[in-house]
Amino acid sequence: MASGKEITTKIKSVENTKKVTSALEMVSASKIKKSQDLMFATRPYARMMLRIIGHLGKANPEYRHPFTVAHGPEVKKVGYIVISTDRGLCGGLNTNLFKAVLADMGQWQKDNVAVSMVTLGKKASAFFKNINVEIAGHAQELGEKPQIEDLIGAIKIVLDKYREQEVDRVFLAYNDFVNTMSQKPRVDRLLPLPDTDDEDIRDIWDYIYEPDAETLLDSVLVRYIESLVYHAVLENLASEHAARMIAMKSASDNASELIDELTLAYNKARQAAITQEISEIVGGAAAV
Amino acid sequence: MKTFQCDIVSAQAEIWSGQAAQVFATGVSGELGIYPRHTPLITQLKPGPVRVVDESGEEQFFFCGGGIVEVQPHIVTVLADTAMRGEDLDATAAQRAREEAERELADRTEALEVAEAQAKLAEAIAQLQALERLRKTVKR
Repeated sequence: MASGKEITTKIKSVENTKKVTSALEMVSASKIKKSQDLMFATRPYARMMLRIIGHLGKANPEYRHPFTVAHGPEVKKVGYIVISTDRGLCGGLNTNLFKAVLADMGQWQKDNVAVSMVTLGKKASAFFKNINVEIAGHAQELGEKPQIEDLIGAIKIVLDKYREQEVDRVFLAYNDFVNTMSQKPRVDRLLPLPDTDDEDIRDIWDYIYEPDAETLLDSVLVRYIESLVYHAVLENLASEHAARMIAMKSASDNASELIDELTLAYNKARQAAITQEISEIVGGAAAV
Repeated sequence: MKTFQCDIVSAQAEIWSGQAAQVFATGVSGELGIYPRHTPLITQLKPGPVRVVDESGEEQFFFCGGGIVEVQPHIVTVLADTAMRGEDLDATAAQRAREEAERELADRTEALEVAEAQAKLAEAIAQLQALERLRKTVKR
Protein backbone atom coordinates (compact mmCIF):
# COMPACT_ATOMS: atom_id res chain seq x y z
CA MET A 1 0.00 0.00 0.00
CA ALA A 2 1.28 3.44 -0.91
CA SER A 3 2.20 5.63 2.00
CA GLY A 4 0.21 8.70 3.06
CA LYS A 5 2.83 11.10 1.74
CA GLU A 6 2.87 9.60 -1.72
CA ILE A 7 -0.90 9.91 -1.95
CA THR A 8 -0.97 13.54 -0.82
CA THR A 9 1.60 14.48 -3.50
CA LYS A 10 -0.56 12.73 -6.07
CA ILE A 11 -3.68 14.56 -4.85
CA LYS A 12 -1.84 17.88 -5.07
CA SER A 13 -0.79 17.26 -8.64
CA VAL A 14 -4.30 16.24 -9.71
CA GLU A 15 -5.66 19.33 -8.00
CA ASN A 16 -3.26 21.49 -10.00
CA THR A 17 -4.33 19.85 -13.22
CA LYS A 18 -7.94 20.47 -12.28
CA LYS A 19 -7.22 24.14 -11.71
CA VAL A 20 -5.82 24.43 -15.22
CA THR A 21 -8.64 22.55 -16.89
CA SER A 22 -11.39 24.44 -15.11
CA ALA A 23 -9.71 27.77 -15.92
CA LEU A 24 -9.57 26.76 -19.58
CA GLU A 25 -13.20 25.71 -19.39
CA MET A 26 -14.25 29.12 -18.12
CA VAL A 27 -12.13 30.98 -20.67
CA SER A 28 -13.69 28.98 -23.51
CA ALA A 29 -17.19 29.51 -22.16
CA SER A 30 -16.72 33.26 -22.29
CA LYS A 31 -15.21 33.12 -25.78
CA ILE A 32 -18.13 31.17 -27.25
CA LYS A 33 -20.41 34.15 -26.86
CA LYS A 34 -17.94 36.51 -28.53
CA SER A 35 -17.37 34.30 -31.53
CA GLN A 36 -21.11 33.76 -31.90
CA ASP A 37 -21.62 37.51 -32.02
CA LEU A 38 -19.01 37.75 -34.77
CA MET A 39 -20.85 35.03 -36.64
CA PHE A 40 -24.15 36.84 -36.52
CA ALA A 41 -22.49 40.08 -37.63
CA THR A 42 -21.57 38.52 -40.97
CA ARG A 43 -25.15 37.60 -41.86
CA PRO A 44 -26.34 40.97 -43.27
CA TYR A 45 -23.40 41.14 -45.69
CA ALA A 46 -24.10 37.70 -47.11
CA ARG A 47 -27.80 38.52 -47.38
CA MET A 48 -27.20 41.79 -49.26
CA MET A 49 -24.71 40.05 -51.48
CA LEU A 50 -27.21 37.34 -52.44
CA ARG A 51 -29.70 40.07 -53.24
CA ILE A 52 -27.27 41.77 -55.59
CA ILE A 53 -26.24 38.49 -57.21
CA GLY A 54 -29.90 37.71 -57.74
CA HIS A 55 -30.46 41.10 -59.35
CA LEU A 56 -27.42 40.76 -61.57
CA GLY A 57 -28.51 37.30 -62.63
CA LYS A 58 -31.98 38.56 -63.53
CA ALA A 59 -30.72 41.68 -65.25
CA ASN A 60 -28.53 39.87 -67.75
CA PRO A 61 -29.43 36.21 -67.89
CA GLU A 62 -27.30 35.55 -70.99
CA TYR A 63 -23.96 36.09 -69.21
CA ARG A 64 -22.64 33.17 -67.21
CA HIS A 65 -19.76 33.78 -64.87
CA PRO A 66 -17.08 31.04 -64.77
CA PHE A 67 -17.84 30.44 -61.09
CA THR A 68 -21.41 29.46 -61.86
CA VAL A 69 -20.52 27.08 -64.71
CA ALA A 70 -19.39 23.52 -64.10
CA HIS A 71 -16.35 22.42 -66.10
CA GLY A 72 -18.07 19.59 -67.89
CA PRO A 73 -18.94 16.11 -66.71
CA GLU A 74 -15.39 14.80 -66.29
CA VAL A 75 -13.63 15.70 -63.06
CA LYS A 76 -9.84 15.48 -63.02
CA LYS A 77 -8.95 17.34 -59.88
CA VAL A 78 -10.83 18.67 -56.90
CA GLY A 79 -9.87 21.39 -54.46
CA TYR A 80 -10.56 21.57 -50.75
CA ILE A 81 -10.45 24.42 -48.32
CA VAL A 82 -10.09 22.81 -44.90
CA ILE A 83 -10.61 24.92 -41.81
CA SER A 84 -9.19 23.61 -38.56
CA THR A 85 -8.07 25.03 -35.24
CA ASP A 86 -4.56 26.18 -34.41
CA ARG A 87 -4.53 24.63 -30.96
CA GLY A 88 -5.45 21.26 -29.55
CA LEU A 89 -7.32 20.33 -26.36
CA CYS A 90 -10.66 20.56 -28.09
CA GLY A 91 -11.77 16.94 -27.99
CA GLY A 92 -12.45 15.21 -31.26
CA LEU A 93 -13.30 18.37 -33.15
CA ASN A 94 -10.48 18.32 -35.70
CA THR A 95 -10.33 14.54 -35.91
CA ASN A 96 -14.02 14.31 -36.76
CA LEU A 97 -13.62 16.94 -39.46
CA PHE A 98 -10.57 15.24 -40.97
CA LYS A 99 -12.45 11.94 -40.99
CA ALA A 100 -15.26 13.58 -42.93
CA VAL A 101 -12.78 15.10 -45.39
CA LEU A 102 -10.96 11.80 -45.84
CA ALA A 103 -14.23 10.04 -46.53
CA ASP A 104 -15.13 12.67 -49.12
CA MET A 105 -11.64 12.56 -50.66
CA GLY A 106 -11.78 8.77 -50.79
CA GLN A 107 -14.83 8.98 -53.02
CA TRP A 108 -12.89 11.08 -55.52
CA GLN A 109 -9.62 9.19 -55.26
CA LYS A 110 -11.47 5.97 -56.05
CA ASP A 111 -12.14 7.48 -59.48
CA ASN A 112 -8.51 8.63 -59.83
CA VAL A 113 -9.33 12.25 -59.21
CA ALA A 114 -6.39 14.24 -57.85
CA VAL A 115 -6.77 16.44 -54.80
CA SER A 116 -5.34 19.84 -54.03
CA MET A 117 -5.86 21.54 -50.72
CA VAL A 118 -5.70 24.88 -48.99
CA THR A 119 -5.51 24.65 -45.22
CA LEU A 120 -6.50 27.24 -42.66
CA GLY A 121 -5.20 26.43 -39.19
CA LYS A 122 -2.16 24.50 -37.98
CA LYS A 123 -3.89 21.23 -37.23
CA ALA A 124 -5.12 20.77 -40.80
CA SER A 125 -1.72 21.33 -42.41
CA ALA A 126 -0.01 19.10 -39.85
CA PHE A 127 -2.48 16.31 -40.54
CA PHE A 128 -2.72 16.49 -44.31
CA LYS A 129 0.94 17.00 -45.06
CA ASN A 130 1.72 13.75 -43.28
CA ILE A 131 -0.59 11.84 -45.57
CA ASN A 132 0.98 13.51 -48.61
CA VAL A 133 -1.89 15.65 -49.80
CA GLU A 134 -0.86 18.50 -52.10
CA ILE A 135 -1.15 21.68 -50.06
CA ALA A 136 -1.28 24.71 -52.33
CA GLY A 137 -1.84 27.38 -49.72
CA HIS A 138 -1.97 27.81 -46.00
CA ALA A 139 -2.85 30.40 -43.40
CA GLN A 140 -2.73 30.16 -39.64
CA GLU A 141 -2.87 32.19 -36.44
CA LEU A 142 -6.16 33.80 -37.42
CA GLY A 143 -6.74 34.66 -33.79
CA GLU A 144 -9.87 35.34 -31.80
CA LYS A 145 -11.08 37.94 -34.27
CA PRO A 146 -10.27 36.59 -37.70
CA GLN A 147 -9.82 39.25 -40.35
CA ILE A 148 -10.98 38.71 -43.89
CA GLU A 149 -7.70 40.06 -45.29
CA ASP A 150 -5.87 37.10 -43.78
CA LEU A 151 -8.01 34.78 -45.89
CA ILE A 152 -7.94 36.61 -49.24
CA GLY A 153 -4.64 35.12 -50.36
CA ALA A 154 -5.51 31.53 -49.55
CA ILE A 155 -8.91 31.85 -51.22
CA LYS A 156 -7.42 33.47 -54.31
CA ILE A 157 -5.17 30.46 -54.85
CA VAL A 158 -8.21 28.21 -55.06
CA LEU A 159 -10.24 30.62 -57.19
CA ASP A 160 -7.37 31.02 -59.65
CA LYS A 161 -7.02 27.28 -59.93
CA TYR A 162 -10.72 27.02 -60.69
CA ARG A 163 -10.55 29.83 -63.24
CA GLU A 164 -7.64 28.18 -65.00
CA GLN A 165 -9.59 24.92 -65.04
CA GLU A 166 -6.94 23.21 -62.97
CA VAL A 167 -9.54 22.06 -60.46
CA ASP A 168 -13.11 21.24 -61.40
CA ARG A 169 -14.81 21.34 -58.01
CA VAL A 170 -14.03 23.15 -54.82
CA PHE A 171 -15.23 22.03 -51.40
CA LEU A 172 -15.23 23.83 -48.11
CA ALA A 173 -14.74 21.75 -44.95
CA TYR A 174 -15.39 23.15 -41.50
CA ASN A 175 -17.18 22.47 -38.24
CA ASP A 176 -20.69 23.84 -38.14
CA PHE A 177 -21.64 25.30 -34.78
CA VAL A 178 -25.02 23.70 -34.05
CA ASN A 179 -25.06 24.57 -30.37
CA THR A 180 -22.68 24.45 -27.44
CA MET A 181 -23.09 20.72 -27.04
CA SER A 182 -22.78 19.73 -30.66
CA GLN A 183 -20.65 20.67 -33.63
CA LYS A 184 -21.12 19.04 -36.97
CA PRO A 185 -18.30 18.52 -39.47
CA ARG A 186 -19.42 19.65 -42.90
CA VAL A 187 -18.02 19.38 -46.40
CA ASP A 188 -19.92 21.78 -48.64
CA ARG A 189 -19.52 22.43 -52.32
CA LEU A 190 -18.22 25.93 -52.92
CA LEU A 191 -17.61 25.91 -56.68
CA PRO A 192 -19.30 25.82 -59.07
CA LEU A 193 -21.79 27.96 -57.24
CA PRO A 194 -25.23 26.43 -57.08
CA ASP A 195 -27.71 28.09 -59.43
CA THR A 196 -29.68 30.92 -57.97
CA ASP A 197 -33.33 30.05 -58.40
CA ASP A 198 -34.58 31.78 -61.52
CA GLU A 199 -38.14 32.27 -60.36
CA ASP A 200 -39.53 34.81 -62.77
CA ILE A 201 -37.74 37.12 -65.11
CA ARG A 202 -39.93 40.08 -64.38
CA ASP A 203 -40.10 43.39 -66.15
CA ILE A 204 -37.15 44.11 -68.37
CA TRP A 205 -34.89 46.63 -66.72
CA ASP A 206 -31.18 46.85 -66.47
CA TYR A 207 -28.58 48.56 -64.39
CA ILE A 208 -26.14 51.15 -65.45
CA TYR A 209 -22.83 49.36 -64.94
CA GLU A 210 -19.63 51.07 -63.97
CA PRO A 211 -17.26 49.77 -65.29
CA ASP A 212 -19.06 46.77 -66.88
CA ALA A 213 -21.30 43.87 -65.92
CA GLU A 214 -18.64 41.19 -66.11
CA THR A 215 -16.10 42.96 -63.92
CA LEU A 216 -18.79 43.76 -61.41
CA LEU A 217 -20.23 40.28 -61.28
CA ASP A 218 -16.72 38.94 -60.86
CA SER A 219 -15.87 41.19 -57.96
CA VAL A 220 -19.23 40.49 -56.31
CA LEU A 221 -18.80 36.73 -56.65
CA VAL A 222 -15.23 36.78 -55.36
CA ARG A 223 -16.41 38.72 -52.32
CA TYR A 224 -19.35 36.39 -51.91
CA ILE A 225 -17.09 33.35 -51.82
CA GLU A 226 -14.76 35.12 -49.41
CA SER A 227 -17.66 35.89 -47.15
CA LEU A 228 -18.75 32.23 -47.23
CA VAL A 229 -15.28 31.11 -46.24
CA TYR A 230 -15.05 33.83 -43.62
CA HIS A 231 -18.35 32.72 -42.16
CA ALA A 232 -17.11 29.12 -42.06
CA VAL A 233 -13.97 30.26 -40.24
CA LEU A 234 -16.15 31.90 -37.61
CA GLU A 235 -18.39 28.83 -37.34
CA ASN A 236 -15.28 26.77 -36.78
CA LEU A 237 -13.99 29.21 -34.18
CA ALA A 238 -17.22 29.04 -32.19
CA SER A 239 -17.13 25.24 -32.51
CA GLU A 240 -13.54 25.22 -31.25
CA HIS A 241 -14.43 27.11 -28.10
CA ALA A 242 -17.51 25.00 -27.47
CA ALA A 243 -15.62 21.75 -28.00
CA ARG A 244 -12.81 22.91 -25.77
CA MET A 245 -15.24 23.89 -23.06
CA ILE A 246 -16.86 20.45 -23.12
CA ALA A 247 -13.51 18.65 -23.21
CA MET A 248 -12.19 20.69 -20.31
CA LYS A 249 -15.38 20.20 -18.35
CA SER A 250 -15.12 16.45 -18.61
CA ALA A 251 -11.42 16.65 -17.72
CA SER A 252 -12.28 18.66 -14.61
CA ASP A 253 -14.99 16.16 -13.68
CA ASN A 254 -12.55 13.31 -14.09
CA ALA A 255 -10.02 15.11 -11.93
CA SER A 256 -12.62 15.59 -9.19
CA GLU A 257 -13.44 11.90 -9.31
CA LEU A 258 -9.78 11.00 -9.10
CA ILE A 259 -9.29 13.33 -6.16
CA ASP A 260 -12.21 11.68 -4.34
CA GLU A 261 -10.76 8.24 -4.89
CA LEU A 262 -7.29 9.31 -3.82
CA THR A 263 -8.65 11.00 -0.69
CA LEU A 264 -10.45 7.80 0.21
CA ALA A 265 -7.25 5.82 -0.27
CA TYR A 266 -5.35 8.37 1.80
CA ASN A 267 -7.86 8.13 4.65
CA LYS A 268 -7.73 4.36 4.58
CA ALA A 269 -3.94 4.42 4.71
CA ARG A 270 -4.01 6.86 7.60
CA GLN A 271 -6.58 4.74 9.46
CA ALA A 272 -4.50 1.63 8.92
CA ALA A 273 -1.41 3.35 10.25
CA ILE A 274 -3.24 4.53 13.41
CA THR A 275 -4.75 1.11 14.03
CA GLN A 276 -1.38 -0.45 13.67
CA GLU A 277 0.20 2.01 16.10
CA ILE A 278 -2.51 1.42 18.71
CA SER A 279 -2.20 -2.32 18.47
CA GLU A 280 1.55 -1.99 18.84
CA ILE A 281 1.17 0.18 21.96
CA VAL A 282 -1.42 -2.18 23.42
CA GLY A 283 0.81 -5.13 22.61
CA GLY A 284 3.78 -3.34 24.20
CA ALA A 285 1.81 -2.42 27.36
CA ALA A 286 0.61 -6.01 27.74
CA ALA A 287 4.17 -7.26 27.51
CA VAL A 288 5.37 -4.98 30.31
CA MET B 1 -38.85 64.49 -47.25
CA LYS B 2 -38.55 61.52 -49.55
CA THR B 3 -36.28 58.83 -48.27
CA PHE B 4 -35.02 55.42 -49.27
CA GLN B 5 -33.62 52.41 -47.47
CA CYS B 6 -29.86 52.50 -47.19
CA ASP B 7 -27.69 49.66 -45.89
CA ILE B 8 -23.97 49.91 -45.41
CA VAL B 9 -22.46 46.53 -44.58
CA SER B 10 -19.01 45.04 -44.49
CA ALA B 11 -18.14 41.36 -44.27
CA GLN B 12 -17.46 41.75 -40.58
CA ALA B 13 -20.29 43.97 -39.41
CA GLU B 14 -23.40 45.91 -40.27
CA ILE B 15 -22.14 49.49 -40.32
CA TRP B 16 -25.29 51.51 -40.85
CA SER B 17 -28.86 50.80 -41.79
CA GLY B 18 -31.82 53.10 -42.02
CA GLN B 19 -33.78 55.63 -44.03
CA ALA B 20 -31.66 58.10 -45.94
CA ALA B 21 -32.47 61.19 -47.96
CA GLN B 22 -29.21 61.37 -49.86
CA VAL B 23 -26.07 59.29 -50.19
CA PHE B 24 -22.76 60.43 -51.59
CA ALA B 25 -19.97 58.09 -52.57
CA THR B 26 -16.96 57.90 -54.86
CA GLY B 27 -17.46 55.44 -57.68
CA VAL B 28 -14.71 54.27 -60.03
CA SER B 29 -15.88 56.68 -62.72
CA GLY B 30 -16.67 59.64 -60.53
CA GLU B 31 -18.49 61.15 -57.61
CA LEU B 32 -22.02 59.85 -57.05
CA GLY B 33 -24.87 61.76 -55.49
CA ILE B 34 -27.82 59.48 -54.91
CA TYR B 35 -31.32 60.81 -54.29
CA PRO B 36 -34.56 58.85 -54.02
CA ARG B 37 -35.80 57.28 -57.27
CA HIS B 38 -32.32 57.09 -58.74
CA THR B 39 -32.05 54.93 -61.83
CA PRO B 40 -30.73 51.39 -61.16
CA LEU B 41 -26.97 51.52 -61.03
CA ILE B 42 -24.24 49.25 -59.84
CA THR B 43 -20.66 50.34 -59.53
CA GLN B 44 -17.40 49.68 -57.79
CA LEU B 45 -16.30 52.18 -55.19
CA LYS B 46 -12.96 53.85 -54.82
CA PRO B 47 -11.51 54.07 -51.35
CA GLY B 48 -12.95 57.19 -49.83
CA PRO B 49 -15.68 58.65 -47.66
CA VAL B 50 -19.33 57.69 -47.96
CA ARG B 51 -21.71 60.38 -46.76
CA VAL B 52 -25.27 59.66 -45.76
CA VAL B 53 -27.87 62.34 -45.05
CA ASP B 54 -30.46 60.65 -42.87
CA GLU B 55 -34.16 61.42 -42.35
CA SER B 56 -33.53 64.17 -39.85
CA GLY B 57 -31.09 65.87 -42.21
CA GLU B 58 -28.04 64.91 -40.24
CA GLU B 59 -24.93 63.89 -42.10
CA GLN B 60 -23.05 60.73 -41.30
CA PHE B 61 -19.55 59.98 -42.50
CA PHE B 62 -18.11 56.56 -43.14
CA PHE B 63 -14.84 55.57 -44.66
CA CYS B 64 -14.86 52.77 -47.20
CA GLY B 65 -11.69 51.12 -48.40
CA GLY B 66 -13.43 50.32 -51.66
CA GLY B 67 -16.39 48.08 -52.33
CA ILE B 68 -19.54 47.96 -54.39
CA VAL B 69 -22.64 50.09 -54.33
CA GLU B 70 -25.95 48.93 -55.73
CA VAL B 71 -28.60 51.55 -56.37
CA GLN B 72 -32.25 50.83 -56.94
CA PRO B 73 -35.05 53.38 -56.83
CA HIS B 74 -35.86 52.60 -53.19
CA ILE B 75 -32.87 50.69 -51.93
CA VAL B 76 -29.21 51.57 -51.80
CA THR B 77 -26.74 48.94 -50.65
CA VAL B 78 -23.11 49.69 -49.97
CA LEU B 79 -20.92 46.61 -49.65
CA ALA B 80 -17.82 47.98 -48.03
CA ASP B 81 -14.49 46.20 -48.19
CA THR B 82 -12.67 45.97 -44.90
CA ALA B 83 -9.43 45.09 -46.62
CA MET B 84 -7.58 47.13 -49.21
CA ARG B 85 -8.07 45.39 -52.52
CA GLY B 86 -6.38 45.40 -55.85
CA GLU B 87 -5.00 42.94 -58.35
CA ASP B 88 -1.45 43.37 -57.03
CA LEU B 89 -2.42 43.31 -53.37
CA ASP B 90 -4.47 40.16 -53.85
CA ALA B 91 -1.67 38.52 -55.77
CA THR B 92 0.79 39.33 -52.98
CA ALA B 93 -1.62 37.85 -50.43
CA ALA B 94 -1.90 34.68 -52.53
CA GLN B 95 1.88 34.50 -52.81
CA ARG B 96 2.14 34.79 -49.03
CA ALA B 97 -0.35 31.94 -48.51
CA ARG B 98 1.63 29.83 -50.96
CA GLU B 99 4.89 30.50 -49.14
CA GLU B 100 3.21 29.71 -45.85
CA ALA B 101 2.21 26.32 -47.26
CA GLU B 102 5.75 25.66 -48.48
CA ARG B 103 7.12 26.51 -45.08
CA GLU B 104 4.65 24.12 -43.47
CA LEU B 105 5.69 21.37 -45.86
CA ALA B 106 9.37 22.04 -45.25
CA ASP B 107 8.71 21.39 -41.58
CA ARG B 108 7.78 17.83 -42.42
CA THR B 109 11.04 16.29 -41.20
CA GLU B 110 10.91 18.27 -38.02
CA ALA B 111 7.32 17.20 -37.36
CA LEU B 112 8.28 13.59 -37.95
CA GLU B 113 11.14 13.89 -35.49
CA VAL B 114 8.78 15.34 -32.92
CA ALA B 115 6.31 12.53 -33.55
CA GLU B 116 9.10 9.99 -33.17
CA ALA B 117 10.29 11.58 -29.95
CA GLN B 118 6.73 11.60 -28.65
CA ALA B 119 6.35 7.92 -29.47
CA LYS B 120 9.56 7.14 -27.61
CA LEU B 121 8.40 9.17 -24.65
CA ALA B 122 5.10 7.32 -24.56
CA GLU B 123 6.99 4.04 -24.64
CA ALA B 124 9.24 5.11 -21.77
CA ILE B 125 6.23 6.17 -19.72
CA ALA B 126 4.57 2.82 -20.35
CA GLN B 127 7.72 1.02 -19.21
CA LEU B 128 7.90 3.11 -16.07
CA GLN B 129 4.27 2.31 -15.30
CA ALA B 130 4.91 -1.38 -15.79
CA LEU B 131 7.89 -1.21 -13.44
CA GLU B 132 5.80 0.62 -10.87
CA ARG B 133 3.11 -2.05 -10.99
CA LEU B 134 5.69 -4.78 -10.72
CA ARG B 135 7.30 -3.08 -7.74
CA LYS B 136 3.95 -2.85 -5.95
CA THR B 137 3.09 -6.51 -6.45
CA VAL B 138 6.51 -7.63 -5.26
CA LYS B 139 6.20 -5.48 -2.15
CA ARG B 140 2.89 -7.05 -1.24
